[in-house]
Amino acid sequence: MEMKERYKSLVIIPAYNEERHIAYIVARIRWMNRCSEVLVIDDGSSDMTARKARFAGARVISHLFNMGYGVALQTGYKYAFEKDYDFLVQMDADGQHHPAYIPKMIDILEKKDADLVIGSRFIYGMMKGNTGLCRYSMDFSKRLGVMLFSFVTTKITGIRVTDPTSGYQALNRKAIGLFIQDFFPNDYPDSDMIITAHRSGLKVKEFPMIMFENRMGRSMHAGLKPVYYTFKMFLSLFMIHIRKRHMAALCQRSVFHGD
Amino acid sequence: MDMLLKQKVAMLIICVAIFVFILELVRRRKLREEYSWLWLLTSLSLFFLVLKYDWLVSITKLIGAVLPTTTLFIGALIFLMALCVQFSVRISRLTDLVKNLVQENALLRDKIEEYLKEEKS
Repeated sequence: MEMKERYKSLVIIPAYNEERHIAYIVARIRWMNRCSEVLVIDDGSSDMTARKARFAGARVISHLFNMGYGVALQTGYKYAFEKDYDFLVQMDADGQHHPAYIPKMIDILEKKDADLVIGSRFIYGMMKGNTGLCRYSMDFSKRLGVMLFSFVTTKITGIRVTDPTSGYQALNRKAIGLFIQDFFPNDYPDSDMIITAHRSGLKVKEFPMIMFENRMGRSMHAGLKPVYYTFKMFLSLFMIHIRKRHMAALCQRSVFHGD
Repeated sequence: MDMLLKQKVAMLIICVAIFVFILELVRRRKLREEYSWLWLLTSLSLFFLVLKYDWLVSITKLIGAVLPTTTLFIGALIFLMALCVQFSVRISRLTDLVKNLVQENALLRDKIEEYLKEEKS
């Protein structure tokens, strides 16, 4: 118990126009684990997201205008880094992620089993006994994309990564120190950041979980975006590959920051 | 094969006009020096290519083009592309700056709110 009290943990939720879900999500997180603080990063929403989140008991910081998912995430990282949080858990604001996993993920960080924990919806797959939680289903093209990047990430890092697009992740200070730097992408920080973390000497681990389906049907990956996403991701993977020397310097810097 | 005098004069006038126009923009601080050099360089090189027509012809021979006008067109295209790339690089940098500003602003606002709250209580 004493050990637990010494650590400060933070849950961050980047949110853009999520007034319908945000209060419920924040309340649920706060109800299920009282030791973590909840920070909502309002990414320039035009609706009541910030007010509702604040009313539900979250700390809210707001961007002046909409900057994208990656930027909002990084604001959360910067906040956590500045305020000396030891662990950080990031969740999506659309209700896909169940807060029950937060303490479990932090547990892994606390045991120093990993620096970056990624919640994966695919390890469970067919596992039984999912008490009332629905299994995750997605359309073919998205599944194909996830499979592709899962394959690529696994090949490059040598660690089994089944869900590189997961937004449910937990980071320790070392990982936060790495991700607050300027190379962090503004739009989709997925496979590229997992590989960067691995290259920088961080221990990456997946954690099996069940996710809810996004009932709103308004996904970040819609329209022509998958094409752009695929192209951009391959480009950043290629860049990570040819930037090897640069990476070593980054790694040293982040370790310096982190400890 | 030589340029007509009329053509030459017209081209020279255009070059000088562009050059002066860019300088004037810089003088009135409508255009920053960093962005003006590419324009100035292009109008200058065009100026000299018109004056020294043999240079243009020899460049044309060098790159294997048939007509000197083709060389000029290619030059213009390269110039425009260089300008676009310069803009893209600047925009990337600006994006980074704006990102950091927005983040810093959000974090600072949070801090100020906290201080104000503390002061009240």
